[in-house]
Amino acid sequence: MNATVDPKKLIKGATGDWEVVIGMEIHAQVTSQSKLFSGASTEFGGDPNDHVSLVDAAMPGMLPVINAECVAQAIRTGLGLKAQINLRSVFDRKNYFYPDLPQGYQISQYKDPIVGEGEVLVDLPDGQQITVGIERLHLEQDAGKSLHDQSPTMSFVDLNRSGVALMEIVSKPDLRSSDEARAYVTKLRTILRYLGTCDGNMEEGSLRADVNVSVRRPGEPLGTRCEIKNVNSIRFIGQAIEYEARRQIGILEDGGKIDQETRLFDPGKGETRSMRSKEEAHDYRYFPDPDLLPLEFTQAYVDELKKGLPELPDEKKARFIAAYGVTAYDAGVLVAERAGADYFEAVAKGRDGKAAANWVINELFGRLNKDGKDVTSSPVSAAQLGAIVDLIGEGTISGKLAKDLFEIVWTEGGDPKEIVETRGMKQVTDTGAIEAAVDAVIAANPDKVEQAKAKPTMIGWFVGQVMKQSGGKANPQAVNDILKAKLGIE
Amino acid sequence: MTDLTQMTLAEARDAVAAKKLSSTELTKAFVDAVEKARPLNAYVLETPEKALAMAKASDERIAKGAAGPLEGLPLGIKDLYATEGTRTTACSKILGNFVPPYESTVTSQLWRDGAVMLGKLNNDEFAMGSSNETSAFGPVVSPWQRTGSNAQLVPGGSSGGSSAAVAANICLGATATDTGGSIRQPAAFTGTVGIKPTYGRCSRWGIVAFASSLDQAGPIAKTVRDNAILLRSMAGFDPKDSTSADRAVPDYEKAVGASVKGMKIGIPKEYRVDGMSAEIEALWQKGADMLRAAGAEIVEVSLPHTKYALPAYYIVAPAEASSNLARYDGVRYGVRVPGKDIVSMYENTRAEGFGKEVRRRIMIGTYVLSAGYYDAYYVRAQKIRTLIRQDFEKVYAQGINAILTPATPSAAFGIGEKGGADPVEMYLNDVFTVTVNMAGLPGIAVPGGLSAEGLPLGLQLIGRPFDEETLFSLGEVIEQAAGRVALPQRWWA
Repeated sequence: MNATVDPKKLIKGATGDWEVVIGMEIHAQVTSQSKLFSGASTEFGGDPNDHVSLVDAAMPGMLPVINAECVAQAIRTGLGLKAQINLRSVFDRKNYFYPDLPQGYQISQYKDPIVGEGEVLVDLPDGQQITVGIERLHLEQDAGKSLHDQSPTMSFVDLNRSGVALMEIVSKPDLRSSDEARAYVTKLRTILRYLGTCDGNMEEGSLRADVNVSVRRPGEPLGTRCEIKNVNSIRFIGQAIEYEARRQIGILEDGGKIDQETRLFDPGKGETRSMRSKEEAHDYRYFPDPDLLPLEFTQAYVDELKKGLPELPDEKKARFIAAYGVTAYDAGVLVAERAGADYFEAVAKGRDGKAAANWVINELFGRLNKDGKDVTSSPVSAAQLGAIVDLIGEGTISGKLAKDLFEIVWTEGGDPKEIVETRGMKQVTDTGAIEAAVDAVIAANPDKVEQAKAKPTMIGWFVGQVMKQSGGKANPQAVNDILKAKLGIE
Repeated sequence: MTDLTQMTLAEARDAVAAKKLSSTELTKAFVDAVEKARPLNAYVLETPEKALAMAKASDERIAKGAAGPLEGLPLGIKDLYATEGTRTTACSKILGNFVPPYESTVTSQLWRDGAVMLGKLNNDEFAMGSSNETSAFGPVVSPWQRTGSNAQLVPGGSSGGSSAAVAANICLGATATDTGGSIRQPAAFTGTVGIKPTYGRCSRWGIVAFASSLDQAGPIAKTVRDNAILLRSMAGFDPKDSTSADRAVPDYEKAVGASVKGMKIGIPKEYRVDGMSAEIEALWQKGADMLRAAGAEIVEVSLPHTKYALPAYYIVAPAEASSNLARYDGVRYGVRVPGKDIVSMYENTRAEGFGKEVRRRIMIGTYVLSAGYYDAYYVRAQKIRTLIRQDFEKVYAQGINAILTPATPSAAFGIGEKGGADPVEMYLNDVFTVTVNMAGLPGIAVPGGLSAEGLPLGLQLIGRPFDEETLFSLGEVIEQAAGRVALPQRWWA
């Protein structure tokens, strides 16, 4: 895919513009009860080596047996990526020695992966949308963990993760900036979470990225790439790409050349550094695992899984725009998390969609963010927020009081309608009462009245005074209208 | 008193079932014989206490009327089979004193059916060998000797402990494994009967892996009937082995003695290899005559890719082995030889832990899977494998029921006689047997007579996939016609 070069995405070097080309391999831990080829638990945490079966520890004579749920999860993910599902795929052995790799090989899929080409639509912060091609998705085993800080002379090995199912999702080199790369991972994570096939938890290592970066002059063939291994946060992905692109541009502009190599990102220093060169690369001696038969299933099985898929973010976004009249941008924000989208929909149903979106995005998400809370643990339920939106819509409370009401419900809970009643928060729409208040303010401020006649924007000050007198309960529109009439301004 | 150890497994079974003999009496006789036969080095671990305890439990079940099909019958177990709580080493130094916390599926089925374990039997290290000389516990000495000679001979391999123990009457039957001929060649060398069933017939779970796509468990025993009895208990689907076959296990014993009239037996012309001795040639002819006399039709057939089987086997098997043996790295179990860093620990452990032949095959396997060589070796070997399988399919499609060949190119040879400088000399022992593993078919070795030097010679019958029954029927015909070979002289006790 060689789309036209977007000048905004180019990086300025000393000798001209450069384009960065990025492809990603995302390792996503499959959500499942047990491991890819053994019955051991996949639960995170636990004491070291608590979740290890004889198979995971590669005891003599042990054999792998495929976990059907992991296969179903990979198929669901492939469907979510609008990808080709391969009804026959093959598990291969990737051979190398490492203490946290008990078998001496990782069971993976090399030539014949379970999922082929697909695509992901990615929304960028500037509102632009790009399509990122998916090259393939395959299933493989995770390795264990080596612990180097437990003893001065020995390394310890924890095999709890050994054999846990991973999906490696390989993108095409379609990304052209760190922003695009971050947006792609964010979107992929959203899709995986909607599907329930990976929890996307990067802190626990459920989602890790290998980032392939190269640079070139716009329009030229692809440059030599470096692979940055195991980057474990979206922020670090952005930083690693920025650093790596700059590093490569620096070398090329100094007349050097890029060595194809594997690099590591050091989040402390914000740098990438060489891990091993192409010459030091392992010869993995891939060959089909003779302990496993080719993985085969029917199209009917795929169709059955397809029927069970939830509505995915792109479809949900389109529906929100059509059904609730929200903007594309707001719809994008609302569908970012399935729980948030569900919350919005509960609020919006039977109400003004735009108002609901406004309240969910600005008030609720803002407040949740401030308290570091998740929408699933929101103190204000969708029903409560819906009631607040209703009270505004009926004209029972003003927008300003509604914010106070939201805060009360947030901290104290309770039925918004009752709170409005018992605390006398009802909006005053009685024009007689408002007129009296307006008259009093005008009478008390003759100088300001003169100023307002010359400068009509002064009306705002009068509105504020009247609202203050009414304890915020006066209908602001009515106050405005009456003031305009009395002051004789348009 | 008659020597109880000379009974066949079927005879002992009937005697125990009829309560003419207790398992404890029988087991004691074997425990005693095992001890006396130590010069053979057939057992690498004797478990007499366990044997007697199991025999006692068998006698209790018999008393309660709850006897299994193998109730109270003492067996030897090849050391490749993981036995829970009993040291299992695959006869390699690298496993050290490894005691598995699990039982292989096949042995667990034998114990389920009432069998008694006498101990663990010697084999070539990781089943890599054809003479049992690569074992970390030293070679097994065959109970057989050439007429008028006391030169020590090999019992074949890799299941040399199994074949020697059966021939020497120090077990009623034994488990074995066969990757390229490791059941059939040792059976042929010792005048015993051994069957390698169809790939997938027995579970591989809990058997130390050599080459996963070729390995199969099977029995070695004194007679065809004894093989049929043992295989019925050993076979069966195992959800823990993805390559095991989900098919019902027939009562194989019913096939023993069944008529072979009208069966078509193929004689593959390509097995008439260069330099085949007149003795083997004559044996083969004799086998065909016996089957013809029983009403079978003898037909010449062609398996044109036979000559490529051995070279292809010695690519596929080491390739899989190089990967299967990567787990013996000194990290989690078995022997660890320290080093200055992790790489030197690996190197030291594997250099000291593995014997020469195992190291050689790991090197060959690593080489043929390497980038740049994979297509030239591994991929081509797999293509040959497909052609070999198709050769058999075509022959069977012509209505052939089974194929008759010699089991080995010669009778047993002396310890230290072969493979010293040139390993291929040893590998050639498998020339008639590897095709069967490459095609995943069942094959049985049955004694056909004695050589001029007084050593057993074996015939091989190759069957259709999952048609072990036909092999038992045909094998019985040969056994009856040839007569069971005379017992070896008991020179060791």
